Amino acid sequence: MPKIIVEIMPKQDLLDPQGKAVANSLRREGKKEITAVRIGKRIELHFDREITDQDLTMAKDQAANFLSNDVIEDVVAVTKED
Amino acid sequence: MKIGVITYPGTLDDRDAQRAIRLAGGTPVPLWHDDDDLKKVDAVVLPGGFSYGDYLRCGAIAAKAPATKEVIRLAAKGLPVLGICNGFQVLVESHLLPGGLIRNEKQHFICRDQKLRVENNETAWTSLFEKDQEILIPLKNGEGGYIATDDTLKMLEQENRIAFRYVETNPNGSMNDIAGITNERGNVVGLMPHPEHAVEAGFGPDTPTAMRSGIDGLLFFESVLKMVVNS
Repeated sequence: MPKIIVEIMPKQDLLDPQGKAVANSLRREGKKEITAVRIGKRIELHFDREITDQDLTMAKDQAANFLSNDVIEDVVAVTKED
Repeated sequence: MKIGVITYPGTLDDRDAQRAIRLAGGTPVPLWHDDDDLKKVDAVVLPGGFSYGDYLRCGAIAAKAPATKEVIRLAAKGLPVLGICNGFQVLVESHLLPGGLIRNEKQHFICRDQKLRVENNETAWTSLFEKDQEILIPLKNGEGGYIATDDTLKMLEQENRIAFRYVETNPNGSMNDIAGITNERGNVVGLMPHPEHAVEAGFGPDTPTAMRSGIDGLLFFESVLKMVVNS
């Protein structure tokens, strides 16, 4: 199924409490080499047909204006996946 | 005087907001998120709760609802709009107000009676307050930390668009102690604390005078009613 994947991360300078909790747990498990964990979102847009360049433009627009909030998050990737 | 109250799936405080409007002397009009007919109301309240289960981000999906789109259109023409708590989150997600709201600094949901200072008493919803008046209304949220870029904060400060600031304690890490802001025109106001829960003696916050006697929230609704009558 053709899909577009949108990846969103909380902004670098914002506290990511989920990531911090997971990092603490990993450290407890002895994974000392892991310095930090950050948790973002992966959103899949499934299509019922081949994805066009126009679809990708639309997805980038939705990623920037609806799927993420640029005050608190960054869109790190919008990619096509067949 | 008709004041609409929008109910989204997951809204909790719509009936409290309706009751507050009634106690202030107005006629509350229930509005449904999926209907773009705002029934010719004179003002709109976006109440608190967890619209759409806070999915995606708090207020993000409600910002796209047909009723909200109509609110955005009419707000540009001067319709008074008050967003309380989740309603404030809807207003920032709708870009009617700048900035954003993130998880409280200490990660806890906070429920307390909160002192605020009215910084701007020239908005549609604050005109009956004195400038710098301190008021006490309930606060209850998990994601109430106000953030904005440095430029936005500077603009809000310079243009006197900070409507309310937290006093004595900043409960959620909000930048510049911001509890609520207004738009350039002063018709759109959003705040995290809940004025609709402090409108009737016997059911409000405790005050030095008597238990549960706090009714500071009533003036929000009386302010807008007065403005609508005068216009």
